[in-house]
Amino acid sequence: MRFKLPVDREVRERLDRLEIPFNEYGVDPYGISKQYLGPSLTALKFFFRHYFSVESHGIENVPAHGRVMLVGNHSGGVAIDGAMVHASQFLEMNPPRLAQGMAEKFLNKIPFASQVANRCGHLTGLPEHAERLLADERMLMVFPEGARGTAKLYKERYSLVHFGTGFVRLAMKMKTPIVPFAFLGGGEAVPTISNALSLGKLLGVPYIPVTPWLFAVPIPAKLEVYYSKPMIFEGTGSEEDEVVSGHVEQVKQRIAGLIEVGRRRRRGEPEAA
Amino acid sequence: MKVLVPGLSGRLGKMLAERLLELGHDVIGIDRRPFREKPDGVEMHEIDIRKRGAEDVFRRVRPEAVIHMATVTHLIMQSEDRYRINLGGTRAVFEHSSTYGTEHVIFVGRHTYYGAAADSPLFHNEDEPPMGLSSFPELADLVAADLYAGSALWRYPSFATTVMRLVYTLGPTGHGTLATFLRGKRVPTLLGFDPLFQFMHEQDVVSSLCTALDKRPRGVFNVAGPQPVPLSMVIRETGRTNIPIPEVVFAMMLGRFGLPKLPHGALEHIKYPVTVDGSAFKKATGFQHQYDEKGAMEAYREAFPRPHH
Repeated sequence: MRFKLPVDREVRERLDRLEIPFNEYGVDPYGISKQYLGPSLTALKFFFRHYFSVESHGIENVPAHGRVMLVGNHSGGVAIDGAMVHASQFLEMNPPRLAQGMAEKFLNKIPFASQVANRCGHLTGLPEHAERLLADERMLMVFPEGARGTAKLYKERYSLVHFGTGFVRLAMKMKTPIVPFAFLGGGEAVPTISNALSLGKLLGVPYIPVTPWLFAVPIPAKLEVYYSKPMIFEGTGSEEDEVVSGHVEQVKQRIAGLIEVGRRRRRGEPEAA
Repeated sequence: MKVLVPGLSGRLGKMLAERLLELGHDVIGIDRRPFREKPDGVEMHEIDIRKRGAEDVFRRVRPEAVIHMATVTHLIMQSEDRYRINLGGTRAVFEHSSTYGTEHVIFVGRHTYYGAAADSPLFHNEDEPPMGLSSFPELADLVAADLYAGSALWRYPSFATTVMRLVYTLGPTGHGTLATFLRGKRVPTLLGFDPLFQFMHEQDVVSSLCTALDKRPRGVFNVAGPQPVPLSMVIRETGRTNIPIPEVVFAMMLGRFGLPKLPHGALEHIKYPVTVDGSAFKKATGFQHQYDEKGAMEAYREAFPRPHH
């Protein structure tokens, strides 16, 4: 990138406080680049603070240092959930943290998408990447619902679809705390009425979400993220499915509970005891 | 120690020969190419490693160690012959080493063994299979030579085998695939893709070979130095101009406009990264690189400034 995109001053300061081993050129061993993070987080800051005015709750539950997995629900037909949690960790944690998402495999085949995602820390969702990042004491952002989760329709926006089990096995193997979080409002920002599967296939992506105004351009709905206390599961990660599924269910229940708390607040009901 | 080096006549070979002599070794080279600027003290045999004359050299010299550098990379040489050199030559090296009492054989392989693909992980471990073959079948001989060398670990228990998978080299001699790719004023890349490239300064490559020679680790090892950097950065820091071209156009341009005629799979290597985890080698031998990524790029830039025409 020879042309210079604007970088917000707060973002610049926070970039310098990230606990990531950038080299002299501002690039870390995974190719994460300050040159890309600066403009992208500047844009995300606008969306986080002004466009969606994201409200986050319980950020004190997130460990300030060391390996951790943020595990949450998908909300919204495009990745605004991931983007806003990424922004929340960067703008609201002290020192700031870089939440690294695990990108869908198709992304790496798309020009620019792969480049930008990789430079911002969102590597392809491979177990090898996840393990290596955790071993390097990074923060991973995981959506166990996968693409099935972003494909949720407006009417399904508060539901959870099937959770994969890989994330719990990984957390156990890598002795990593899981911080469950709930993301609310994505379904309002991008109210998907249908998913265009064949159009998606044509473009090399799983689907294209269709909204009442056709395109998945998010409207400035109120977004919220609720972080819960870390959960730690002892073990090796090679336990039987039965054991692991139990842990997955606990995480899923915790997230469902957070969603319920958020829904009540959104409806203006008093918080449950 | 008597060190026999098949494939010594390259630019990297010269650097290696000089270092081995400094360390007090006797250096014997075999290469079918003439060794220009051969350092004094090197005993050179201009012969094909697969020919009887090469075996005679083994018989007469009886080297304690062999550093096998006589393989040809898929990205530079495109011919039927390459297959025979890489496989037949490697076989000859190991068989003669066994017959004539060598104690240690080092196979100098490449990190491109792992291949480049959209779904391949960063920082490969040694136990990963060569997944890149499906997209780039031309890699087969390189992979086969590497696996063949690895099989010497159980086939020839009489000597130690070290298989090294080295990252790209970059430095003042301009040796290697990456250095060759960067030679011109403008460097074509694929629009929208900027893979990480992992390289080591040539002197560090030579150091890693000498360290392996000294420590004799048995096994297969990735060998890496500093962290990888994006290709666009390598191009910029070596003073070149990045020319991003859409992939469809690029594929049509191969073999024309001064671009080499490469198999389509070769494009994967400027589209996706091949990076390796070199920690096992460092742990086994204590190897440390001296030049960081900046040092290697600067050394190349000084030796090969941006051409004017």
